[in-house]
Amino acid sequence: MKFAVIVFPGSNCDLDMYHAVKDELGEEAEYVWHDSTDLSGYDGILLPGGFSYGDYLRCGAIAQSSPVMDEVKKAAEAGKPVLGICNGFQILTEAGLLPGILLRNKNLKFMCRTVGLKVENANTLFTNEYMAGQEIRIPIAHGEGNYYCDDATYEQLKNNNQIVFSYADDFNGSRNNIAGIVNERGNVLGMMPHPERAVSDLIGGSDGLSLFKSIVKQWREANVSHA
Amino acid sequence: MRKVKIYVTLRESVLDPQGSAVMGSLHKMGYGEVEDVRIGKYLELMISDDAGDVDALVNEMCQKLLTNTVIEDYRFEIEEAVSQ
Repeated sequence: MKFAVIVFPGSNCDLDMYHAVKDELGEEAEYVWHDSTDLSGYDGILLPGGFSYGDYLRCGAIAQSSPVMDEVKKAAEAGKPVLGICNGFQILTEAGLLPGILLRNKNLKFMCRTVGLKVENANTLFTNEYMAGQEIRIPIAHGEGNYYCDDATYEQLKNNNQIVFSYADDFNGSRNNIAGIVNERGNVLGMMPHPERAVSDLIGGSDGLSLFKSIVKQWREANVSHA
Repeated sequence: MRKVKIYVTLRESVLDPQGSAVMGSLHKMGYGEVEDVRIGKYLELMISDDAGDVDALVNEMCQKLLTNTVIEDYRFEIEEAVSQ
């Protein structure tokens, strides 16, 4: 499986994202600059964390208008897996690929720690290697991770099982502790925690690895025929 | 040239932790009469004279980039700017 790791000016988790799929899983991965206008050669799109364009105006707002985002939208429409982590999640909401928005943490602090996450939906292409209700430990590092949406949107997320991860504890003010959501079709995931930073016990945990394994597993089942 | 003044405010339904922190500080300074603080943004754009419908243009830019209508409202004023 071949992944594109999209790099914006100010991305800083692109290397970890690349490392997760390339070094840990042995899949193909390439860095793709934000002004690229062709993602047709990739099977999966990864939008890394960081501070694209210095978080100017609103987090993810300027990155959202990059040329590559038209291609990310095409990939999403084609049903390819699109994963946005942290700033990548913010970019996906600003681009309208996911509903809602990420606001400043309720305590106004940048928070960097490992937190408990509950797998709310294990039936997505991103979570099929987890168990429903499983609690995993994944690092967070954000100042704007306070998920907000209106009541109608929340009902929709709930009824369609689009809430994929929730925080075990409320620390940033997110609506119903939402940590990660998918689009209606289920092929675009945005989450604030960093699974790409939890892919090896050597660096403190490997609970994030199953997320990348899930993507690859689903893709192999759909695209590789066994002789 | 025209000067466009855009005022971006948080929607009423959205909590404003920055505004709450500022209000707390004002209260500590003795300004107990302050009942609420909301923090917004102010933008100024200079638009060339050959632009057609400035009103429509600014609305379009606000919806595409300058504001996020999930949480923000905006209003703007268009002024004739004196050329330097």
